[in-house]
Amino acid sequence: MNRILLIIQREYLSRVKKRSFLIMTIVGPILLSAIGILPAYFASMPEPDRTLMVLDQADILDMDKGTDRISLKYLGPPANYTIDEAKEQFMLTEDYALVYIPTGSGWDPDFISKNIVIYGKEEVSLGVKSFVEDIIRSKIEDLKLRNQGVDPEVIAQVRTHVKVKSINIEESGVEEESIVEGKMVIGFIFAFFMYFFIFIFGSQVMNGVMEEKSNRVVEVIVSSVRPFQLMMGKILGSGLVGLTQFLIWIALSFIIYTAFTGIFLADKMEAIQTMAEQSAAGGAESIEQLQNDGIGSVMTFLDTLNVPLLIGSFIFYFLAGFFLYAAMFAAIGSAVENQADAQQFLFPVTIPIILSIVIAMKVAEDPNGPLGFWFSMIPFTSPIVMVTRIPFGVPYWQLGLSMLLLILGFIGTTWVASRIYRVGILMYGKKITWGELWKWMKYGG
Amino acid sequence: MQINVDSVTKKYGNYVALDGVSAEIPSGSIFGLLGPNGAGKTSLIRIMNQITGPDEGRILLDGKPIKSSDVSRIGYLPEERGLYKKMEVGEQSMYLARLKGLDSKQAKAALKDWFERFEIQDWWKKKVEELSKGMAQKVQFITTVLHNPELLIFDEPFSGFDPINAELIKNEILELNRKGTTVIFSTHRMESVEQMCDYIALISRSKFVLNGSLSEIRERFRDNTFKLEIRSDQSEEQFILPAGALLLEEKNEGNILTKVVRLESANTTPLLQAGMQMGTVQLLSEVIPSVNEIFIQTVKESHE
Repeated sequence: MNRILLIIQREYLSRVKKRSFLIMTIVGPILLSAIGILPAYFASMPEPDRTLMVLDQADILDMDKGTDRISLKYLGPPANYTIDEAKEQFMLTEDYALVYIPTGSGWDPDFISKNIVIYGKEEVSLGVKSFVEDIIRSKIEDLKLRNQGVDPEVIAQVRTHVKVKSINIEESGVEEESIVEGKMVIGFIFAFFMYFFIFIFGSQVMNGVMEEKSNRVVEVIVSSVRPFQLMMGKILGSGLVGLTQFLIWIALSFIIYTAFTGIFLADKMEAIQTMAEQSAAGGAESIEQLQNDGIGSVMTFLDTLNVPLLIGSFIFYFLAGFFLYAAMFAAIGSAVENQADAQQFLFPVTIPIILSIVIAMKVAEDPNGPLGFWFSMIPFTSPIVMVTRIPFGVPYWQLGLSMLLLILGFIGTTWVASRIYRVGILMYGKKITWGELWKWMKYGG
Repeated sequence: MQINVDSVTKKYGNYVALDGVSAEIPSGSIFGLLGPNGAGKTSLIRIMNQITGPDEGRILLDGKPIKSSDVSRIGYLPEERGLYKKMEVGEQSMYLARLKGLDSKQAKAALKDWFERFEIQDWWKKKVEELSKGMAQKVQFITTVLHNPELLIFDEPFSGFDPINAELIKNEILELNRKGTTVIFSTHRMESVEQMCDYIALISRSKFVLNGSLSEIRERFRDNTFKLEIRSDQSEEQFILPAGALLLEEKNEGNILTKVVRLESANTTPLLQAGMQMGTVQLLSEVIPSVNEIFIQTVKESHE
């Protein structure tokens, strides 16, 4: 259809020529690459060193000095201090926290382990809290074992450091190291991107329809094209603008990312290079080091992803999801005459979008669970929920089914929307209710 | 282009906007669509433009049912006009012309002609929001007629124009009609109907209550009313009304007496004789009701 192409063209050009498009195009990739780089950058930043003051009345820590990062110093002798005196003392120092280990009436390890308190001048960090829990647990376990008559040397030997590496076995039999955190980040970026895209471009479609209605140009246009063609032309045009923006962002982000890693992290890269060589020579330690290193893990992680599938399916969900919602936004825009009236109808449209992003958070923790499965099948939530799952790997039949349902979904919403739209665009000065929209849907012609 | 409206019915839910209306609009005519607000004029116009479809009945163009490609044969100027405010005049006119099926070369050439004719060439690069309302209306008129449609449909074409521009538009419409374009317009301005229309249809409460050629309709509304002007020195009490006649109006200016009388039949001899007895009959003419009177009378009757 030649005419629908004209509408798409006008829609596309009038949006791309706007200043806001240019601004978003420049700012977007800076944000996007910041999301990619900053976590790695922060991961490589050390936590500050901390000193904890300890009042060890149970004498359980055995004057342990702690680690380089978190050092322990003791108030002593413990019997000379009450907890209140210890707190006063603590407030006079620069120390990060005060750990109080009471002894209770008798010397009972189970009583002690349940009554330890950390006082902080501010919220005590999770890292410090778990450090204290770990060290006290191992001391109490040692004590209990020794009381049972176990040889201290045996105890030392029993202590084992466990580090679990999780690996996915592909159907092809290839084993692939899974880096869950990285996949979560990719999934989140996709989900949030989709979320903002649907909201921003969806409301643009709505405002565009509302503008055509309120400046009355719409009646002239629909004397040349069918209302359905006008609506679809607007939606397709806006979708193409979004796709253009997305592709520019991907390209620019890639350039910025490459430039950034090339210039600022060149020395790190070299280190990774040498480590990789060492590891090839059999240095098992360096692999672990490599994995613990922020940038290194991002780099090795990117290699594990099926990037074409990722980008391809993202673009599918991006467009199909947008079409599904844009049709509804267009219908709302056609029914109302100003932004304020639009609010009551926007509510039920925005609920599934917001619900999707909440569910996406949950799904990232358990990508193949029932929650993830069902919500990546429902067309209203699948665009956001499915893109969260895709980096983790989704069975092809689920992907196919979800795509099919989404296509049916957007055909459905488009049909309903077009029936409301064709009446709404020519309806003025009427207070619109849900019942009214329902009636319009049933009109003939 | 001849247009036949063939028992068209349009409903919105329980509300009947058009109730089986039929009309024939002969090729090359100027057809006035009259009726009070909310009677169904705009519904009919939108159906003719295929903006909405009829629930029953059909529209025929030159004897064939209307089809979607016919939009390029029709030009439509809605009552509520508007253009994209942020778009440039030239760009926008090109867009609307191309939606009507012109290619960009044809559109450009035609626009150039019209812009020169209206002497508005320097508006091409202006944004619509920079134009006054009247200026924008001119642009809109041009985009309506640009693709040389065989049928032009105007909904209240003169509203929003100052008298000079309204005259300009009126002459353009008449000129296009002379070249063979069939014109349909709806209006409340009865004097423009009288000046321009060959045919009229009057819609009231979703139905045509009057439909046909203007002269034929006026013929039908003749009621033997005559106006008589007498130059006389006698006092007007001397005037003897013929038997069965009804005096509707009278005026006495110096020695000129004017009487408007409804007679029992078209036979004017008794009236003329009565006048001649008074003095010199200067004028005897039939009073044919104006479209306005016909309009008011018919709408009232249809509501009774």
